Amino acid sequence: MITSLPKLLGATVVTLKLLSLSLFFGLFIGLLFAILRLNKNKIINKFAYGYSYIFRGTPLLVQIFIIYFGLGQIEYFRSTFLWVVFKEPYWCAIIAFSLNTGAYTSEILRSAFQTIKPGFIEAGKSLGISNKIIFYKIQIPIAIRQSLPAYGNEIILMMKGTSLASTVTLMDLTGVAKYIISTTFKPIEVFIVAGSIYLFMTFVIHNLIKFLEKKYGY
Amino acid sequence: MIKRFSLGLLITLFLTISANADKIRIGTEGAYPPWNSKDESGKLIGFEVELAWALCRYMGKQCVIVEQDWDGMIPALIMRKFDAIMAGMSITAERQKAISFSQGYADEVASLAVMKGSSLEGLDTPAGINLTKPNAAAKKALKTLTAALAGKTVCVQTATIHQNFLDSGDVGKVNVRTYKTQDEVNLDLASGRCDAALAAAVAFSDYAEKSGKPVVLTGPTFSGGAFGNGVGVGIRKDDTELLNAFNRAIDKARKNGDISRIATKWFGFDASM
Amino acid sequence: MGLLAFGDTGWGDELFYATLMTIAVSITAMFIGFLFALIFTPLKLSKNKFFNLIGNSYTTVIRGVPELLVIYLFFFGGSGAVMYVASIFGYNEYIEINAFITGSFAIGIISGAYSTEVFRGAIQSIDKGQFEASQVLGLKRFVYFFKVIMPQMLRLAIPNLSNVWQITLKDTSLISVTGLVEIMRQSYIAAGSTRDPLFFYSFAAVLYLLLTFLSMKLINRLEIKYSRGF
Repeated sequence: MITSLPKLLGATVVTLKLLSLSLFFGLFIGLLFAILRLNKNKIINKFAYGYSYIFRGTPLLVQIFIIYFGLGQIEYFRSTFLWVVFKEPYWCAIIAFSLNTGAYTSEILRSAFQTIKPGFIEAGKSLGISNKIIFYKIQIPIAIRQSLPAYGNEIILMMKGTSLASTVTLMDLTGVAKYIISTTFKPIEVFIVAGSIYLFMTFVIHNLIKFLEKKYGY
Repeated sequence: MIKRFSLGLLITLFLTISANADKIRIGTEGAYPPWNSKDESGKLIGFEVELAWALCRYMGKQCVIVEQDWDGMIPALIMRKFDAIMAGMSITAERQKAISFSQGYADEVASLAVMKGSSLEGLDTPAGINLTKPNAAAKKALKTLTAALAGKTVCVQTATIHQNFLDSGDVGKVNVRTYKTQDEVNLDLASGRCDAALAAAVAFSDYAEKSGKPVVLTGPTFSGGAFGNGVGVGIRKDDTELLNAFNRAIDKARKNGDISRIATKWFGFDASM
Repeated sequence: MGLLAFGDTGWGDELFYATLMTIAVSITAMFIGFLFALIFTPLKLSKNKFFNLIGNSYTTVIRGVPELLVIYLFFFGGSGAVMYVASIFGYNEYIEINAFITGSFAIGIISGAYSTEVFRGAIQSIDKGQFEASQVLGLKRFVYFFKVIMPQMLRLAIPNLSNVWQITLKDTSLISVTGLVEIMRQSYIAAGSTRDPLFFYSFAAVLYLLLTFLSMKLINRLEIKYSRGF
């Protein structure tokens, strides 16, 4: 078991990379769709709602399979420039994870925007600050601060979600754990070690968010 | 309340035991045609499924065929989820550390496959090489392959002899990509995500025939060495009684021509041994 | 549409039964989850440090480890653990747990951790004054719990339990590793056999969307029913 630890730790780096890239893209997607959700145009609004409904209403496993195995079967799709990205399992996983976490993030941010007290915006307006600046300097920072606890949960859910990268050939923590099992035939021990590493990551993320909540709290 | 609940739970558990207590449970994957696969009605079919029924008749036992994903096959056997593996599993020294094997019932060479028009098509190698004691021609073929495959992505099903061979370094450093099933390997070979794939030669010809995709074999066929010594029934180490029963049944089935007949039906040639 | 034909030629009937299986596993798992929550919520709220530790460990570990790993552990270790317990009582034969029970328990344990959190939150948000009121009225502890706390807790918990239900429903897609033929595994088999993954995985997505949509409608009705009087 000790001998497999370095391999598992190496794979943890892959997991962390998948997580951080997906969160990075997911945050932008989430912010974009949260803003679209607040738009008064019904079509834009419905479109944004549809996106978040579909990605929150279906399992991540189905999403990643459609993106990796499904799209790869369309001959026309393979002739487009997009194939450069979709050819790689790594990017397929990141696209699936980003779209998924983006949907949840958009919901978190939307409800945060909606709970901002109108007083803040009015105060900004009465000081003669432009709408754009109010949005970027007042609304967004407050929304982010308010959504920290919910977003912290989302980070942990996404970290667990990255384990599905192993279903599209990636050698992340779960992928390597399964590989070690296929040569040692000792599933329980290996899964317990891998599980402990995930648990440790959860612990770190959880405390990091708590720290941020305290630091930026009211 | 808790008492009644646990009683109910135990009854449910025990019911499942009594139903299968004296049947032999055989694990197979159901995703490796023509060895074992599933038809449109979800029924298990293939060479090993038919052979399993034949062997059970010879043993005079009732059997149940249990489906199990390939990557958990050996752990599931050890955990007693079933009693025997018939899943195109080659007899290798590595696996023999964990489980026993019956005598081989079929043997089939492995081969690389690429899409028609690939630069890897038509490699200058002998038709087949044996890796148990590689001769000069085999060593030369490995060198040719090493040069051709350098930096290429070669796809295999996970935890197979094919993966072991690529990991062994006999063909240098290739990008090995592993998949849960052979179906997925075939899909990604056809989509162009894999430069080449390595599996049983029939797995590719079966796929090419059914899908109409221009998949062609290339390089030599491989046998011996990392590719093991034929395909046998995997059995738990302490289960010598069942091992002997299977060995006797295979003897009888071979003598009566059952194995050749079933093999020819599914493979298109006699892969029995 | 030939791919979805019923009978031996298409995958329609298989996918239909697989959908029923997904529903059955989700409901069973949700129920098992409730049983777990019934045990662990009091532990989590207990003032006893040891009980507290057990309750917290359960929710922390299960919610901190990927569902896939929990399911794998349960799949490989489940029957071993049951056999070990049975051997203490002198039963040494192999005990086979069927795929449905294994799958439902694996998902149930996960679902239970989320339900526990929901119940804990609901109980904690009940006004403390009510406890004092029941004491003044001389209500027995269990009367207080079942007649005062439980009804309010359920009402407060329903919106969040609908989230747990959604999580549970979607998590069932991961139990294909236990061999149980639910929507995901059937789509996987069909995709492998027909070499048309795009169609079958997209169809699976539609089935899941339909299930989440219909169950949300149902839950909303329940919510309206139970929030009468507020």
